[in-house]
Amino acid sequence: MEGFIDMGDSQELSRRQRNQLNHRRLAGYTLVWLVSLALVYFGHRYLWDGAALLTSAMVGINIIAGIAMMMANKKLLAGLDELEQKVQLEAMALALGAGLVGGFAYSALSQTGILPFHAEISHLAVFIALTYLVAMVKGVKKYQ
Amino acid sequence: MKNRLKVLRAERDWTQADLAERLDVSRQTINAIEKGKFDPSLPLAFKASRLFGLTIEEIFQDE
Repeated sequence: MEGFIDMGDSQELSRRQRNQLNHRRLAGYTLVWLVSLALVYFGHRYLWDGAALLTSAMVGINIIAGIAMMMANKKLLAGLDELEQKVQLEAMALALGAGLVGGFAYSALSQTGILPFHAEISHLAVFIALTYLVAMVKGVKKYQ
Repeated sequence: MKNRLKVLRAERDWTQADLAERLDVSRQTINAIEKGKFDPSLPLAFKASRLFGLTIEEIFQDE
């Protein structure tokens, strides 16, 4: 995987350059992942007329792009200094916990028919992302 | 944990950004250490020790 996404050593770069490179790499792979995910739905409906083989292949490409995105995120985290890593860890822990607790509660409300609308996985993703953002801002302020 | 980073930095007329660059950390991290809000790891403490030519105990003091 390392070779596939060209994560060569960047020790010669300054800290700022290394972080910029890692951020750009993560943004790039996130974009590829999102586009490939959109293509699964769009292609299935409009491009290949529901052909299961093509849709499955596109899902495979989407998963590969997703793994590349995760590796890029791992590389980004490894390039941060120890305080930045601590802030990230606290934010991710909170986002994971909130996602788990919130996700199961949301699912329970949906399964029991209490929710007046259909529960979507995207709602959970947005909730986790917002929790992560708020936790990041709080973490940065905490150590200022 | 108390530390003398700010004094040692001032003696050399370094900004937080200068020290951050020499220790390969962010300026925010230097600021947090100086204010006692964050305790550095042992490798970072050794790095600071080598940079200033002092022992770790001469830079960092347990409260």
